[in-house]
Amino acid sequence: MNSPCRCFEVRDLGLIEYQEALDLQVSLVQQRREGTIPDTILVLEHPHVITLGSSSNVKHVLLDDFTLKNRGIQLFKVGRGGDVTYHGPGQLVVYPIIDLKPDRKDLHQYLRDLESVLIQVATSFGIKASRDPSGTGVFTGFGKLGAIGVRISSGWITSHGIALNVSTDLDFFQTIIPCGIPNRGVSSLERELGHDISMSSVKECMMQALEEVFYSENNVV
Amino acid sequence: MPQMGESIAEGTVSQWLKQIGDTVERDEPILEISTDKVDAEIPAPSAGIVVEVLVMEGETVEVGTILALIDSEGTGPVESKPEDTVEADDLDGNEQASGLPGVVEAPSLEVTQHLATNQSVEERLRMRSTPVVRKIAAEHGIDLADVLGTGHAGRVTKQDIVTFIASSKVVPEDPLEKTVSNAVGEAVVRSEPSSLWASFYKEVQHPEYPVRSGDHVQSMDKIRQLTAEHMVLAKRVAPHVHSFIEIDFSAVDRIRNASRSRWEAQNAKVTYTAFVAWAVSRLLSDFPMVNSAVSGNNVIYRSNVNLGMAVDLNPGLIVPVVHDADHLGLIGIGNKIIDLAGRARSRKLMPAEIQGATFTITNPGVLGTMVGLPVIPKGTSAILGLGAIEKRVVVVNDEQTDADMVAIRKRSIFSLGYDHRIVDGADAARFLSALKEMLESFPEDA
Repeated sequence: MNSPCRCFEVRDLGLIEYQEALDLQVSLVQQRREGTIPDTILVLEHPHVITLGSSSNVKHVLLDDFTLKNRGIQLFKVGRGGDVTYHGPGQLVVYPIIDLKPDRKDLHQYLRDLESVLIQVATSFGIKASRDPSGTGVFTGFGKLGAIGVRISSGWITSHGIALNVSTDLDFFQTIIPCGIPNRGVSSLERELGHDISMSSVKECMMQALEEVFYSENNVV
Repeated sequence: MPQMGESIAEGTVSQWLKQIGDTVERDEPILEISTDKVDAEIPAPSAGIVVEVLVMEGETVEVGTILALIDSEGTGPVESKPEDTVEADDLDGNEQASGLPGVVEAPSLEVTQHLATNQSVEERLRMRSTPVVRKIAAEHGIDLADVLGTGHAGRVTKQDIVTFIASSKVVPEDPLEKTVSNAVGEAVVRSEPSSLWASFYKEVQHPEYPVRSGDHVQSMDKIRQLTAEHMVLAKRVAPHVHSFIEIDFSAVDRIRNASRSRWEAQNAKVTYTAFVAWAVSRLLSDFPMVNSAVSGNNVIYRSNVNLGMAVDLNPGLIVPVVHDADHLGLIGIGNKIIDLAGRARSRKLMPAEIQGATFTITNPGVLGTMVGLPVIPKGTSAILGLGAIEKRVVVVNDEQTDADMVAIRKRSIFSLGYDHRIVDGADAARFLSALKEMLESFPEDA
């Protein structure tokens, strides 16, 4: 037999409600497990939403239900790792539905790979971003540029993934303590660059980085 | 705890998807664990029945720890090995090579090429502690590099940091000194280890006493043990206060007598307790603090009205729950109580039927007790105790002549035990008064 199939499919969902994307992920995970679809990578943006991961402390959401509703921010408790985070327009969200079997069964390696993807995207815009010993994610001098929260379903199928601030209105992060790490700012590609960039150009770089990290030949064992 | 990657030394059980007694298929998700930024489902390594769960939700354990036992007898050709461990070699759910725990030795770490940092691998790994450990470190202002790690590759485990905090705690040599510094407002007890509180609120060890000649010693059965632990903890956590009120059952009796034949025809069983449960279920929404739980520095106001009903198993005590009692009518509540009590005594309750109570009612009055001081179940804020309902001589006012007169009335003394952290005496008084008013002018159409 040949080496494991490294083909993958990308679906650009545009702006999509959190719940809708969540339902789609559940269904794709099932299909991926059954082998009826190849590795599938969702790229999208969400409307304003705050999500709480499994290790979330509700205290890290700084607004009460009423104010959240007033500001049009939905709140979800979801089965991914990590603490609280914010998604919204201008933030590129990537949900890889990948089968890590048989040769990529290492959660830390997967997290590091996702960080590599984020670092590569930043680098392609001339921004120096790096990992940080304080936690998973990718940081610049200003603060956290990209966040990571992952779920591994039975059979080593991944879901959830990464969120990269492109032109995100960073004020929305004031509503939470991102990832439960206080006193750590947030940043976006636009903040780093000081000028506008198009979401489509970031998506392009993201695709390239994903392909290089997860699907280039020299990664196949 | 399966090996989820080379540099992963431990994981936290976040949720059991299967409970003891549940049947699982091979590869069916049985629990969820979380580690760092990842949630992962763990599939059952073989089909069978979950017979033992060894690690509770929220516990963090090292890779290789046995999490649960699955009895696969009769479900496959695994005769020499009736119990299969969910130590699951990996997420594939591959058949275990052996029924023994076979601790997975984590291989040495060769991850340097992924770590684009100036730190040494050792430093890096030590920093890569679990969020729990980092959180504790941050709360206590501790640099993890100062803590001796005994975990995998020298990583700092939760136990390490708890020990570190306990050993480095500055104990004032002179009690006077402590008093003085307290007086000037310095936070002397700021760094009191939270682990002490955790064990104070979660662990029970009963003191032992010498056995005398002729005594009979027997180990407590499961229900007795759980009850004993629960009562100690419930009393430790909540500052108990009790208030009393005497309630006239004439109105309730009138309705009971008028409806008796109709209820008999419907085979409905509506006891005094059912009347009280109905009235309580209708009142609790007006008294959210009585239907709440103190949780850390927050108060959780429950959206449901789930009434725990203490049932005497003679010997033993169990508290089945009438869920969403405020959505049931009087007959519905009455029948549900009879059903739950019956199945409690025949040990046929489902686990969900003894969970989720938001308020509890206990009726020692049926055995003749005049009044009781019940213990508030952990995680709730109040419990209502019903005293014996008996005929008493009371002074009543005759409406026609406006004269006081002596009458014989069926009455009972109710006691409300409440957690004074969230329920104040006046709240309790208002709740009891409202309950009295409702029972003494009980609606005909309930």
